[in-house]
Amino acid sequence: MSLRVLVCVKRVPLTGGRMVLTGDAQALETRHLGFTISPHEECGVEEAVRLIEANGGESVVLTLGPAEAVEQLRDAMALGIDRAIHLQTDGVEWDPEATAAAMLDAIRANESAAGPFDLVFFGNESADSGGFQVGARVANALGRPLVTGLKRVALEGASVRCEQEVEGGRDVYVVPLPAVLTVKEGLNLPRYPSVPGRMRAGRKPVAASTPSRPESRLELVKLVVPEGHGKRAEVLGNGPAAASAVVEMLRKIGVL
Amino acid sequence: MTADSALSPRPSPLKGEGSLVLVLVEQSEGRATDPSLQALTLARSFGQPVHALLLGSAVDLDRHGVDVVHVAEHEALGAFAPDAWAATLRGLADRLQASAVFAAGTERGNDVMARFAARCALPLAANCTAVAPGPPVTLTRLRWGGSLLEEARLHSSRPLITVAPHAVPIEAAPSETKVEKFNPELTENDLRVRVAEHAGAAGGGISLTEAKVVVSGGRGVGSKEGFAIIEELAGLLGAAVGCSRAVTSAGWRSHTDQVGQTGTKIAPDIYIACGISGATQHMAGCKGAKKILAINADGEAPIMLSADYAVIGDLKEIVPAISAEIRAARATQADAPLPDRLPEGERA
Ligand SMILES: Cc1cc2nc3c(=O)[nH]c(=O)nc-3n(C[C@H](O)[C@H](O)[C@H](O)COP(=O)(O)OP(=O)(O)OC[C@H]3O[C@@H](n4cnc5c(N)ncnc54)[C@H](O)[C@@H]3O)c2cc1C
Ligand SMILES: Nc1ncnc2c1ncn2[C@@H]1O[C@H](COP(=O)(O)O)[C@@H](O)[C@H]1O
Repeated sequence: MSLRVLVCVKRVPLTGGRMVLTGDAQALETRHLGFTISPHEECGVEEAVRLIEANGGESVVLTLGPAEAVEQLRDAMALGIDRAIHLQTDGVEWDPEATAAAMLDAIRANESAAGPFDLVFFGNESADSGGFQVGARVANALGRPLVTGLKRVALEGASVRCEQEVEGGRDVYVVPLPAVLTVKEGLNLPRYPSVPGRMRAGRKPVAASTPSRPESRLELVKLVVPEGHGKRAEVLGNGPAAASAVVEMLRKIGVL
Repeated sequence: MTADSALSPRPSPLKGEGSLVLVLVEQSEGRATDPSLQALTLARSFGQPVHALLLGSAVDLDRHGVDVVHVAEHEALGAFAPDAWAATLRGLADRLQASAVFAAGTERGNDVMARFAARCALPLAANCTAVAPGPPVTLTRLRWGGSLLEEARLHSSRPLITVAPHAVPIEAAPSETKVEKFNPELTENDLRVRVAEHAGAAGGGISLTEAKVVVSGGRGVGSKEGFAIIEELAGLLGAAVGCSRAVTSAGWRSHTDQVGQTGTKIAPDIYIACGISGATQHMAGCKGAKKILAINADGEAPIMLSADYAVIGDLKEIVPAISAEIRAARATQADAPLPDRLPEGERA
């Protein structure tokens, strides 16, 4: 059996200890930050690579983002993804409906040239905007079954067995291929890229195009950093000598 | 349709025609879940009358300002089937000409509302904490798992909103609730995705989400074996063990222990974070903690701005010293009580 698998990833800043906004509060100040993709999506990439390793076929990574997002595409290809599709933007965020529509066009174009994807992986939600919907919109338009929030995925012939973690255990779904799956961190433990993997990634094909952005129906007005408690922690002491102060505090708050 | 709903006329709104708000209500063990009651509270401030959709069986919503509860009955609704829920919600929203549809921003709530939004080609605002009617609707929603807020406008003929869990307090409002049963029309495709089986949890240990005390380790713990002292302290406190993503990525602990935006969200009475720097994505998971104690070698680590208490120094010395101190205290108090639990009502 030979598979075609697509995984969709979004470039997001690695924010560290604090959220700092640009002056107009339209975006995070990213001048001093690195970038990455969501851990959920990393697991999607790993799963796609494993499926192709086990079954043969082709894996493709898709992103909609600025020119620099090619970095995230190369990262995915360094882990073993075969090729990339880059829908380039001017860096302004697209709302989830517009994102899904552009991705859908790209998927349809690729499928008409190279055949249908047996599986399309999304993150359960994007790390930054957390819209919880791009996967559902694409699945609906493609008319394919969608299962969300997966922590385990296993091919069973022409079907895929999917497991969600829910209170008190796991819910299991079995759906026919082709299917759309949204996944969560914990699905697998992604590998680290190897040096030869990185070298190969540089030579893998990236198909770029520049779709135009429609009006947002979910329109960002501004970002706001929520207020913390506005004070520094009370230092109970330094080193092991602080143990008695800790025990006293635990008593005071009633857990000891 | 059952005779019930076929005979009843379309309910007329109480306040202003066309502002009927429909809320998808999830239930567990015969009662509406808290996130659903929070969604009801926010929906009520958005428009009236408020109608609720329950799937499978009715629950009591008399104290939550609901005018009509619609109970969808269908033999296929025994097992969760998200497309069937979305189809049912859509059919009812159309029949009632609902002006807006709300649900809880839970896994299921967000999943079903995304399918519903896709079917109707309408925008969806997930995980909102405040909403005001429009047009355009103005709202505040969570980004980055709650580490950042977004103020937005929603341009839509029928606003679709999910409400971030635990962002809005539940307000009771007595009401005379009518119950109407109906049979949704479902296609074969609506039942393609459904829970085929439920596997029990691996079990054992104290659940992170429910623990009153969580002792957590980060990269500063240094190794898989380093967690022995974390486990020892957790054992003494009747606590669950948590960790940061640096730890799960290194393979020291399983992802089920990870606290954070892409891990578990916890709400203990105290969170003891050892060797964790306090990245926003980690803190997104422990915002619900009443108190945070940071044990860190670096007095300037970002976690110092969110923690209530701190001990500065090497966790490899400090954590065993705290365990020893607890043992010593218990030995002197012959009748030392077991770790106390706060009464239910005092939980945040
Ligand atoms: C989209 C996204 C989602 C993410 N989701 C999560 C998530 O769910 N959960 C999560 O945890 N992270 C998450 N992360 C990762 C997060 O950004 C941080 O990288 C991670 O939390 C860092 O873990 P850490 O604090 O253990 O390690 P570090 O940041 O390396 O901090 C280690 C700390 O240990 C202290 N230390 C070192 N040695 C000692 C010692 N001997 N004694 C005392 N202190 C010591 C250091 O001073 C330092 O403060 C996510 C990232 C992204 C981009
Ligand atoms: N700009 C984007 N480029 C590629 N994939 C995306 C983009 N935005 C969202 N996705 C995918 O859709 C998932 C859900 O996004 P969202 O609906 O925004 O929470 C993400 O985890 C990604 O897999």
